Amino acid sequence: MDSIKSWLARSGMGSVLILALIIIVVFPLTMDLFRLNLVGKYLTYAFVAVGLVMLWGYGGVLSLGQGVFFGLGGYMMAMFMKLEASDPETTKIQSTPGIPDFMDWNQITELPLWWEPFRHLPLALLAVLLIPTLLAFIISFAMFRRRVGGVYFAIITQAVCLILTVLIVGQQGYTGGVNGITDLKTILGWDTRTDEAKYILYFVNAGLLIASILLCRWIQLSKLGTLLLAMRDKEDRVRFSGYDVSMFKVFAFCLAAMLSAIGGAMFVLQVGFMSPSLVGIVPSIEMVIFAAVGGRMSLVGAVYGALLVNFGKTYFSESFPDLWLFLMAALFIGVVLAFPNGLAGLYESHVKPRLGKRKDKPAAGTDSTPSSDAPPATPLHSGAPHGGKPLARTALPDGVQGTSA
Amino acid sequence: MSNTDFVLAVEDLTVSFDGFKAIDALTLYVDRGELRVIIGPNGAGKTTLLDLICGKTRASGGSIKFKNMEMTKMAEHKIVRSGIGRKFQTPSIYENLSVFKNLEVSFPRGRSVFGALGFRCTDEVKTRVQSVADEISLGDSLDVEAGLLSHGQKQWLEIGMLLMQEPELLMLDEPIAGMSVRERELTGELLQRICKGRSVIVIEHDMDFVKRIAHKVTVMHQGKILAEGSMDKVQNDPKVIDVYLGH
Repeated sequence: MDSIKSWLARSGMGSVLILALIIIVVFPLTMDLFRLNLVGKYLTYAFVAVGLVMLWGYGGVLSLGQGVFFGLGGYMMAMFMKLEASDPETTKIQSTPGIPDFMDWNQITELPLWWEPFRHLPLALLAVLLIPTLLAFIISFAMFRRRVGGVYFAIITQAVCLILTVLIVGQQGYTGGVNGITDLKTILGWDTRTDEAKYILYFVNAGLLIASILLCRWIQLSKLGTLLLAMRDKEDRVRFSGYDVSMFKVFAFCLAAMLSAIGGAMFVLQVGFMSPSLVGIVPSIEMVIFAAVGGRMSLVGAVYGALLVNFGKTYFSESFPDLWLFLMAALFIGVVLAFPNGLAGLYESHVKPRLGKRKDKPAAGTDSTPSSDAPPATPLHSGAPHGGKPLARTALPDGVQGTSA
Repeated sequence: MSNTDFVLAVEDLTVSFDGFKAIDALTLYVDRGELRVIIGPNGAGKTTLLDLICGKTRASGGSIKFKNMEMTKMAEHKIVRSGIGRKFQTPSIYENLSVFKNLEVSFPRGRSVFGALGFRCTDEVKTRVQSVADEISLGDSLDVEAGLLSHGQKQWLEIGMLLMQEPELLMLDEPIAGMSVRERELTGELLQRICKGRSVIVIEHDMDFVKRIAHKVTVMHQGKILAEGSMDKVQNDPKVIDVYLGH
């Protein structure tokens, strides 16, 4: 029992289990289908936030363009479902039956060649995973090879967002334009709009999210996770230890992109449409806010951040239709100013020590004596500049050292 | 340029920043197993020379050959992998990671993205970390967060991180800066030990320390080599006394 406990604590699996319990058991039991479907939608944003924890929190690379990958994943899924919804029978009133309605409205008489692969589900699913990742690879490889980073990289990701939005809106005949791709009904004949399907999709989504968190946690605990943290701290030291720093950043960016794309595809399955309003600059920045509020070092925190901000958004916009945007902004500014490590940071610095104290009381004299954390006083120590002073252990949140999920 | 027996052959190396020649047609050879100390007044180009060798700065002209391989066009991480380790002037360690992790990350395996994903901390790695940690007097502090070490210990830790890579050429930029007398002595002994089987280049200002460790001393001035040879010879060189030691 103790070994399980210590394993849970070390790997941070405890918090993942609690999260899984909440989203897989508690929510479905306590919410009606409308609210649950809403939560399902929020959880698709959580994929992006989890990706941002890896990219921004661990890798130190801020991307303000994750909407691109969320959107691409969503569009790939939507294209498949749109083609299935546009069989010649249902579209027989069109001048060209068998193509999506928006193409017909735009006087397109033949399905474009690049839409063809999306007739097949396996190809479409492969495209959901691979095309956004490939785009992420091209962008990040070009940038990181040239050592473009920080603010400049963030600005470029914003530009990519804008380009994609303009492209989608401009190519109305091929993409559905501003309206996006709507009226999605079935996958391989399975109706996604029924109550039963909504439950199933919710659980698939929740399962994928937990799996993504476990994958990211595994990466964090591997040497690659340590290297990402090391790079954020001292990039040159990593480079001059024989690592190709740019490739590690490319990996983090591709990983975040792939997770976002999965989120986008799940969004389409649960919400039933995809539009450029989910690709642009504003949603991309919102997704960063989810990660920031939840705590950018915490995978689990990112999910709570996505849920909380979106619940807040729904609640505020229902209760204070005129004020809600200001309230959201205040929430974000408040969180960033008061707890730069987000909710997870707050938990690590305030809640956890208290919980720990309560637990330690009956078992006095456990290994949590503070002195064991300080370096052993060697004779060499005394002469150094900082040697004389007692070295207080700074209250870093656990996540900063990469020991919690 | 011809091949040589030297581990490092820098020939006719030049770098200019906006017309200012920080390194000016410099030629320098380092033998296998040699401990070379480079001294010189501030701005002489000592750190720039190390930057050029490890690829941090790119040369405007000339050649740098390490084991007869041309280094001037090679990517930094490849230069490191070919066997050159570099310690920076200010201790450059991962403050948020433990001493153990700092050393483990420097172990020369799993250096590609997927290699790092599959990397396992085997007993071999642990033994090696322990032996290097013992070498740098941090054997008892493996679990300490590196940011909590004293300044001197941080310097040692960075040297230890380089030792993990088993480089054939080790370049140390002011390794004893900010150290106490006792720490200087220990560092001196450490350098004597680690130059067995590898070449070491040290930049240093402390003349007593230089005298104690150097096999050969190179004096740099305004991007050029002013004098080279044993400490005694260099110290009595009138040119050197004029620009550096005399003041």
